[in-house]
Amino acid sequence: MKVPLSWLREYVDLPAVTAHEVADKLTAAGLKLESITAHGHEIKNVVVGRVLAIEELDGFKKPIRHCRVEVGEAAPREIVCGAVNFAEGAVVPVALPGAVLPGGFEIASRKTYGRLSDGMICSEAELGIAESSPGILLLPPDTPIGADVVELLGLRDDVLELEITPDRGYALSIRGVAREAATAFGVPFHDPGVVEPPAVPGESWPASIADPTACDRFVLRSVSGFDPAAESPLWMRLRLMRAGMRPVSLAVDVTNYIMLELGQPLHAFDRSRLSGGIVVRRALAGETLETLDHVVRKLHEDDILITDDSGPISMAGTMGGLHTEISGTSSDIVIEAAHFSATGIARESRRHNLVSEASKRFERGVDRELPLIASWRAVQLLVELGGATAEPGVTHAQVEAAPLTITIPAGHPGRVAGLPYTRETVIRRLEQVGCTVADGAVAGVRGGQGVAATGVVSSGDLADKLAVQGDDLITVTPPTWRPDMTDPNDLAEEVIRLEGYEHLPSVLPAAPAGAGLTEAQRLRRRAGRALAASGYVEVLSYPFIGERDLDGLQLPEGDARRRVSRLVNPLSEDEPFMRTTLLPGLLKTLVRNAGRGFGDVALFEIGLVYRPEADAPASAPVLAVDRRPAPEELAEIEKALPRQPLRAAVVLAGEFERSGWWGAGRQASWADAVEAARTLARAAGVELGISADQHEPWHPGRCALLTVADPVTGEPVTVGHAGELHPRVAEAYGLPPRTAAMELELSALPLSGPVQTPVVSAYPVATQDVALIVPADTPVAKVEAALREGAGDLLEAIRLFDVYTGEQVGEGNKSLAYSLRFRAGDRTLTVEETTAARDAAVALAAERTGAQLRGA
Amino acid sequence: MSNTYDPVEVTPLHADEVGRAQADALAAIAAARDLDDLKTARLAHAGDRSPIALANREIGALPPAARSEAGKRIGAARKAIGEALAARQAELEAERDARVLVEETVDVSLPWDRAPRGARHPLTTLQERIADAFIAMGYEMAEGPELEAEWFNFDALNIAPDHPARSDHDTFFVESTESGKVLRTQTSPVQIRALLSRRLPVYVVSPGKTFRTDELDATHTPVFHQVEGLAIDKGLTMAHLKGTLDRFAEVMFGEGIRTRFRPNYFPFTEPSAEMDLLCFVCRGSSAVPGNPPCRTCKSEGWIEWGGCGMVNPRVLIACGVDPAVYSGFAFGMGIERTLMFRHSAEDMRDMVEGDVRFTLPFGMEV
Repeated sequence: MKVPLSWLREYVDLPAVTAHEVADKLTAAGLKLESITAHGHEIKNVVVGRVLAIEELDGFKKPIRHCRVEVGEAAPREIVCGAVNFAEGAVVPVALPGAVLPGGFEIASRKTYGRLSDGMICSEAELGIAESSPGILLLPPDTPIGADVVELLGLRDDVLELEITPDRGYALSIRGVAREAATAFGVPFHDPGVVEPPAVPGESWPASIADPTACDRFVLRSVSGFDPAAESPLWMRLRLMRAGMRPVSLAVDVTNYIMLELGQPLHAFDRSRLSGGIVVRRALAGETLETLDHVVRKLHEDDILITDDSGPISMAGTMGGLHTEISGTSSDIVIEAAHFSATGIARESRRHNLVSEASKRFERGVDRELPLIASWRAVQLLVELGGATAEPGVTHAQVEAAPLTITIPAGHPGRVAGLPYTRETVIRRLEQVGCTVADGAVAGVRGGQGVAATGVVSSGDLADKLAVQGDDLITVTPPTWRPDMTDPNDLAEEVIRLEGYEHLPSVLPAAPAGAGLTEAQRLRRRAGRALAASGYVEVLSYPFIGERDLDGLQLPEGDARRRVSRLVNPLSEDEPFMRTTLLPGLLKTLVRNAGRGFGDVALFEIGLVYRPEADAPASAPVLAVDRRPAPEELAEIEKALPRQPLRAAVVLAGEFERSGWWGAGRQASWADAVEAARTLARAAGVELGISADQHEPWHPGRCALLTVADPVTGEPVTVGHAGELHPRVAEAYGLPPRTAAMELELSALPLSGPVQTPVVSAYPVATQDVALIVPADTPVAKVEAALREGAGDLLEAIRLFDVYTGEQVGEGNKSLAYSLRFRAGDRTLTVEETTAARDAAVALAAERTGAQLRGA
Repeated sequence: MSNTYDPVEVTPLHADEVGRAQADALAAIAAARDLDDLKTARLAHAGDRSPIALANREIGALPPAARSEAGKRIGAARKAIGEALAARQAELEAERDARVLVEETVDVSLPWDRAPRGARHPLTTLQERIADAFIAMGYEMAEGPELEAEWFNFDALNIAPDHPARSDHDTFFVESTESGKVLRTQTSPVQIRALLSRRLPVYVVSPGKTFRTDELDATHTPVFHQVEGLAIDKGLTMAHLKGTLDRFAEVMFGEGIRTRFRPNYFPFTEPSAEMDLLCFVCRGSSAVPGNPPCRTCKSEGWIEWGGCGMVNPRVLIACGVDPAVYSGFAFGMGIERTLMFRHSAEDMRDMVEGDVRFTLPFGMEV
């Protein structure tokens, strides 16, 4: 909402304060300043002049006039001018030598077209009134010559642009802002909305409300003999422009001007285009209307319409119809001022994607008492400025609506604030807002029928639940321009806001002792720290993916990761799905980094994936809000939502250990990806099972299946995969060759209990090395597991220190060299004991994997 | 000890013999050029087969009258040799140290960036730091899904389908606009989940990812993060809200940094307020004309930080909490925005692109 300060001052006796001071007070009251624009402050030395004589100069490409202009000085000035829209005797603004015009443009005497030009005759554009103007600004003939033009036209002004929150529809008017300013400064407010239009007998034009849920007040007044050629006066155009509206024609400008002044949207019909009585109703199936933007709109059965015998003539509160629009020849005008359903207009505006100044106001709530007043003001202005004659009569169709009342203890605002206010303060503040306050509870009255604003609850359970009990009750009737005030806390807010949020005390509540982070939350942090400490950089990529990503990962048809949640309105049509794996975002980020010269890159992400269940219901129910939902209702919602497990993933390429002066580095490989999974498992305190698998997008020969034991059954549960990516995946994403990746479902890891303390033995260690020959395709993990199990409790540690293939171990075999460390907690082991343990280990490995002791 | 005495004094025990052996030893010790030489000299002149050691062994063969004198003589010689050895050892060791350790000198300023360096994203660690500030006050961390039901994201928060506030949310809809499923536009639905699942009183903080259909630019991103706080207890007031946020501001930005409230509107709180933070760089001084300007608060003295208010009783009712008994407050702020002013981050695109140059300097904590 743009508020010219001069307009505001018309209704508030503001003290001599700057625009910033006004803005600060309004911001503190909840009308937040967005910007202040200063107009005309730099203009000086522009006066009113009368053209005494005009001499046309010939011989130039365009008409040039040499004028003698009386400017209130001893002698007239001689001024050269290129405009021709004035005659001798015209009264015009003259910038004298030394004048400054908007933009710092300075005027000096100069020789031009062979003549002296001792100033400049100004157009509206040159004075900063309009963006462009065809000619000189012509002032009324009786304007005092020599007067200061800036003062005279009110060019010097500051415009406050205020952000109006959705609940404060009333502040989308100078009237509403003025009320707040008057309260903020504690000065009188002259309400332009408090006028008593004279009672006029009879109807202006037949009209009725057919749907009382659509409209509860509909007022028509009309004028005849309006001069369609009449122009809007400069002051009106100036205010409209400064308030951000483009002047159009007098009839339209008058409706806009009154909407800005009072907040009541008006619509003007060309009376000659109306046929028969007007009816306010909802649209019928199949109806259409060509609106004044020349679009033929298919109407929805819920749309609120103004209709006559010909059918729809206007979409209520959003946009008028083309046929009945005021044209350049309209002389008989019918003015409509109505009070429509806020939700009705909100839906209509959204349905047709039509947001107008009118719909913005209706949606937020308009003063139900304004239509009679605003329409009368419009008629007055059309008569005064457009030479029209007011037609007798006024049409006033309405649905009775009892005002809403709210009963609260006078202490309620103070109890919400944590700062007691006296009863007098509470009542005074509510009255400043415009409320009527009565003592005690007014039994049984709550009211609020008619076309209520969104969220009004006039009766029933919810109203009872909202009611605040207590002593010292007051019953408050909010003003008609505040349909947002429906609940006890709305009243509290008004009192606290006007008393000043800055006076609220600062008291730290004593929260009960909390339990800190949950195990799962701790794990999530540990996982992030562990990966970062291992050399991975965290990224937070967008969770949007597309068909191309899934294809790029080489996911086969029917892969569970192809069952996606799809966005209706994605940012990019290429990425309409929610991710089912973290890899696409990471891979694209890896490519971006590589493209920027960081080819050695290791990234991780921890985040949710979205996994809709195949049998999930299509929609989640929207439950009632006047009570706690039943467990089964909540279960319905949860069933419709996808499973959203937390995952961790890494991708890496290039050198994971850098080359340097110390020698060669080490390329990132499948082994790093698997190790990243081990890192996470260690962070989680769980043992990770690793075995070969074939799973997209990994290299079929370099893919590890990651499992953990089910805490109850002990069965292995798949938690993820790691390894080198399939070359085709690398190609599809443009990845460096041999890019490796790991993805693991963190929320599938069992939460480990407290770590059990190991027995730290002080007895000496006994080490035995064994080299086993196994077929080359035997998984090392299997051999190690057998050795461990076979060695028994005396085994302290086992370490694979060499893997050898070559002639000595035979074709198709490999040799695994292990170092076994034995130790007992209660004695020094004998050679016989350790040898026996080693032999048992080898024997089990032989049994399980066919391993043969090398050299045996 | 032998009881048979050699009638002839053994030659090596003659005073001049002992003196010569000592002189030879001292000469050899002095002549040792390095520790290896000295080792040889030690063996030759102080070892088990050295003349002085052999002489020492003969003492027992002397008649008792002679033993004492010979013993003294040889003892003196051994002491002198021993001392000379120790002194020379120390000298040579010092020489060696001076030489060898200098030779082994390396350039310790050589780089050693063999191992890759990692880092956590500042938006993650900032969320943790914020959560920790509240956990220290007794709050617990609550979570909820990102793909959320409309009822949780809007309706239960008193944002009715036709409410003008709902259109400001620019919501991503899932599957269809009628599915009742959206990407959550705020972390506030976690309030509802917390109230439905926890026992009262409830004090929770809830950081997380949120979504609105904004195009990515320097100050907007369609995927962003918020942190939400909720306290529901008996007798909570706006003064408690102010106290909590003032404390939070101090924890995050230092002693004396506080908040300021301005009236605002949120459907799920009533009364509602916009919360500003006293600029932690200029402490408000830049707003006074004539003082140096401040980049952090653009010389406004205050920084817009988030929204807050007293939980609308309608929200409590939708969660089955009796507003006649319980009241409370909620607040929320943007993590990206907080990162921007706390760490002078100027462009939101840096936060989403994943360029390692942006993230690495943030290390493990922010």
